[in-house]
Amino acid sequence: MLKINNLHAKIEGKSILKGLNLEVNAGEVHAIMGPNGAGKSTLANIIAGKDDYDVTDGIIELNGEDISELAPEERAHNGVFLSFQYPVEIPGVSVTNFIKTAINQTRKAKGLEDMPAKDMLKMIREKSELLEIDRKFLSRSLNEGFSGGEKKRNEIFQMAMLEPKLSILDETDSGLDIDALRIVANGVNKLKSKDNAVIVITHYQRLLEYIVPDFVHVLYDGKIVKTGDASLALELEAKGYDWIKQELV
Amino acid sequence: MELKEKILSSYVAFENGIDINSDIHEIRTEALENFEKLGFPTKKLEEWKYTSLNAVLKNDFSIFLNKENSVQFADVKEYFIHDIDTYKIVFIDGKYSSFLSDVTHDGKDICLLSSALSKSKYSSVIENYFNKVAKQDNLTALNTAFANEGAYIYIPKSVEVEKPIQIINFTTGSEAATMVQPRNLIVVEENAHVQIIERHQSLTSNAVLSNVVTEIFAGRNATVDYYKIQNDEENASLVDNTFVDQKSNSVVSVHTFSFGGNITRNNLNFYQNGEHIDSILKGITIIEGKQHVDHHTLVHHIEPNCESHQDYKGIFNDRSTGVFNGKVIVNKEAQKTNAYQQNNNVLISDKATINAKPQLEIFADDVKCSHGCTIGQLDNDALFYMQQRGIPVKEGKALLMYAFANTVLESVKIPEVKSRITKLIATKLGVNIGFDL
Repeated sequence: MLKINNLHAKIEGKSILKGLNLEVNAGEVHAIMGPNGAGKSTLANIIAGKDDYDVTDGIIELNGEDISELAPEERAHNGVFLSFQYPVEIPGVSVTNFIKTAINQTRKAKGLEDMPAKDMLKMIREKSELLEIDRKFLSRSLNEGFSGGEKKRNEIFQMAMLEPKLSILDETDSGLDIDALRIVANGVNKLKSKDNAVIVITHYQRLLEYIVPDFVHVLYDGKIVKTGDASLALELEAKGYDWIKQELV
Repeated sequence: MELKEKILSSYVAFENGIDINSDIHEIRTEALENFEKLGFPTKKLEEWKYTSLNAVLKNDFSIFLNKENSVQFADVKEYFIHDIDTYKIVFIDGKYSSFLSDVTHDGKDICLLSSALSKSKYSSVIENYFNKVAKQDNLTALNTAFANEGAYIYIPKSVEVEKPIQIINFTTGSEAATMVQPRNLIVVEENAHVQIIERHQSLTSNAVLSNVVTEIFAGRNATVDYYKIQNDEENASLVDNTFVDQKSNSVVSVHTFSFGGNITRNNLNFYQNGEHIDSILKGITIIEGKQHVDHHTLVHHIEPNCESHQDYKGIFNDRSTGVFNGKVIVNKEAQKTNAYQQNNNVLISDKATINAKPQLEIFADDVKCSHGCTIGQLDNDALFYMQQRGIPVKEGKALLMYAFANTVLESVKIPEVKSRITKLIATKLGVNIGFDL
């Protein structure tokens, strides 16, 4: 589904990614772990198409198609979803209207009519129940005054509504208490299928107890330096990252 | 000949068409003398520092059109709020169009100023109210000197007008350049309630200058909701001078939607002559090209325990320019005043300009007066977030701008006006999305 080859990227002249390779297939869950500043969020933003970065080399393919020239919304229309580490507050636009606009713009890009209001409401009801979201919450301004947990739950709610092929969860666990973590993870697990894939970016093993990865990658200094199964996450939790740095020397 | 000279020398011709033995005519003559002294405003005046009429005044305006021009309803339907029943007072090139109008004298007067000025049964209202709140500065004096036609609305005590009133001034462009000076008088007595929608609309690309004066008197406990839709052709300029006199417990709101035209200058003045008054001044400005919109507001808190709420949002693209000058005066006697002023602007292009100036003159010591003014750009992080969810840049920007302006739209009380404004905004922003936030 996603194939990244030899990706190099800079921001303001500073190299962040230095030859990163990653392959994610449908039906898989990948975790990317690594110390602060390793380039985890940069990777997520580059896949989503944020233009603050200079991609100097490498290929990003989604389902065999090079997406590196596509606008962020075109990538979204092709099934890329990024759950933001810091979801943006948009005063004056309600959660419901936002998601409605997002879905209908995506449908429009695919040459489809707007989703009928009845179907939209039904879907909103189902997905908000899945994420245990209070209906009142849906009429509030998007992310404005939301707690950290509410913001993250709202991200996963949007993911549920948009039904992406590739979901990237950028530190979705940060700022979540244990109950919210369980709800979010449960939501992600229910949305998992053999046709979609998930990349979980996290510092901690905690989230991976709930969303069990097929692969764990260690991102360090702009490259994936180690790949293993779920047990690698436990090892990292127990030993930290220093032993990996030493292995590399 | 300079426009000023042309105007002064045309006065004799104007006098031929009106009753020059009335008291009103003395007011006109005095106003003409004032205008002769003051002339047109120039940028040397503090109040006109950022708005220049020079280029507009170079046009060779026709001042009185003798022709009766007519227009077909089908051609102008789009300028009406036509999906609801309304009273209509319609003028074409400054002349009343009975064909397009729908007026009444049934328990209230919704008709023409010219007939109110000429008939004795209206004389007491005219005597008590005409030119009583309008301040005699340059352009208001000019309008007063030639005041003869416009809307006359008189709502007696405790009458709730059952449907909104539309005042529409069309200019047909039959002349290369047309100047019109509508004069509206609106008297809303104790406990009465009225909703008014006003629009000035040019029908061609020929130059137009409308110098409008509207006087509004709100009696005790009266409610007036006034909506101004300014979305004119690019050669049409408008100077709107509106004066509101409020008595105790009255609530008057004026919403001004400025979406287009050449130069648009709004002088909106509120005088609170009583206690427990609420004055609401709101506006949305969305312009592009070289358009210019200037909001000069004044709220004069004269007596205690009153409130005023101002909320102006501006979105400026290309080389467009905006001015917001919001003046609040709180007299020494006006204790417990609560005056709130908000002016937020977004500059979409590097070449757009806004000059914003809150002016507070507070002489009382127990008041709450707040003002906030911001000038910013659209939030790029928010745009990326929206794009990531599949919303393209243009639609994302439109959604952000609509949300930004929405605090003003929320208080529009006529749903059809609100949906019309929403559609105008979508058209202006070039998108086809619902915006039902």
